[in-house]
Amino acid sequence: MAMLKVEDIHVYYGSIHAVKGVSFEVNEGEVVTLIGANGAGKSTVLNTVSGLLHPRTGSVRFLDQDLKGAAPHKVVERGLAQVPEGRRIFLQMTVEENLEMGAYTRPSTSIVPGIEDVYKRFPRLEERRKQVAGTLSGGEQQMLAMGRALMSSPKLLMLDEPSMGLAPILVEQIFDIIRELHAAGTTILLVEQNAQAALSVADRAYVLETGRISLSGTGAELMASDQVRKAYLGG
Amino acid sequence: MSFLNNLITGVSLGGIYAIIALGYTMVYGIAKMLNFAHGDVIMVGAYVCFFAVSSFQLPPAAGVLLAMALCTVLGVVIERLAYKPLRQATSLAVLITAIGVSYFLQNGAQILWGAAPKSFPSFFSFGGSNSVSLFDGGLNISYAAMVTVAACLVIMAALTFFTGKTKLGKAMRACSEDKGAAQLMGINVNATISMTFAIGSALAAVAGVLMCSAYPTLGPTTGSLPGIKAFTAAVFGGIGSIPGAFLGGILLGIIETFAKAYISTDLSDAVVFAVLIVVLLVKPSGLLGRYVPEKV
Repeated sequence: MAMLKVEDIHVYYGSIHAVKGVSFEVNEGEVVTLIGANGAGKSTVLNTVSGLLHPRTGSVRFLDQDLKGAAPHKVVERGLAQVPEGRRIFLQMTVEENLEMGAYTRPSTSIVPGIEDVYKRFPRLEERRKQVAGTLSGGEQQMLAMGRALMSSPKLLMLDEPSMGLAPILVEQIFDIIRELHAAGTTILLVEQNAQAALSVADRAYVLETGRISLSGTGAELMASDQVRKAYLGG
Repeated sequence: MSFLNNLITGVSLGGIYAIIALGYTMVYGIAKMLNFAHGDVIMVGAYVCFFAVSSFQLPPAAGVLLAMALCTVLGVVIERLAYKPLRQATSLAVLITAIGVSYFLQNGAQILWGAAPKSFPSFFSFGGSNSVSLFDGGLNISYAAMVTVAACLVIMAALTFFTGKTKLGKAMRACSEDKGAAQLMGINVNATISMTFAIGSALAAVAGVLMCSAYPTLGPTTGSLPGIKAFTAAVFGGIGSIPGAFLGGILLGIIETFAKAYISTDLSDAVVFAVLIVVLLVKPSGLLGRYVPEKV
């Protein structure tokens, strides 16, 4: 049974048809990636799963329940967390307050142990816990965004372009963290433009092109595919 | 001595502006809209308290609580019916709607309670006197001024605690920074916006009672000029900033009173706005405001 099952969703921004019949699934314990160029509709798909956008037709099922019409905060309560594109941490709040917000749907007793777990994974955040998040570096902000999402103890973690705007060494660190989370049993749906890195961590992958899935397979299969190599891996 | 008297008058007038401005600035911070009906909620609060005390013989404290309760409901209902359907609309549409709600409340008050102004009772007098005289009458401090300043400090402290230490208050700050990200945390943004309107409107009721205690003429348009002044105060201090609204309100009250005393009664409002223009020229985000670049 797939944990997340997206079936033939069509999503519009006004009259613009951004996602044209996308279907995919994520099984428990998997890392699945959606790769594709800028504007292919990757973030639109994630935001539809999160309930920020609603599909005109098609369905999103999570743990065998239809998410149709569910408000975004209800989706989080069900165990789906998203680290949005551009991180979108609360820049005027402290590191610790950001983490508390991540646990908004959780009982207050889970906040302290949750924060300790995040600090264990990201020791840098502990050093900066009383600092306003706007003063963090790009890499630290991405760690905070991921830590914040983990605070809700999600069953499925969705990451939208976690490597965007980061120096190569930090990109590597972020992907190491994704591997660690995977090893710890977290189910992850990863959206990336950095196809090389994404395919290297993914169990399975889908290629999104102008609102449609053009290709799918295991990470290794797509890495070896000529089409993917030409379009996304630089030859 | 007259300088001190003027300063006290200014601070207490400013305290009223500050309490109104807090409502403006909180709603702006979270809903990014200027709720021009806020001033008229003040007027409704004052009427509720007036009738509770003079027609139903309730004690003043009960009148204030009743006014706060009804204004809270009124604020939430206004948001639900008039502003929520426009969440995705252009800011101009929301602005015009807010002006419409403002006239609706004024006209509604006129139909319900008549156009003739009521004389608001004086709540704050002890032993037949409205004020404490010091230095052989050289310095007069009205009880209303003392209560206003005290209320203002309590409200400021409570709001600072609420937004800084409580879960709901932090959620409010998160929403005002980034509603989309707040939703992804599991925060119910609509409920948070309702709560902000509720708090702002309850404060408006307090401001209405304090204002009418100090300036006891109550009519359907009583709230409109103080509303605009308080909006000015919020912009002056940096719209969206809670300490900014507080500071802006107090300064505006002091400037207005000094302008009345030392320049000209007729020109006092012009002086206030001239100061606002100078502040905005030097610091466009207001005294304590942050410049946030628009995302493209």
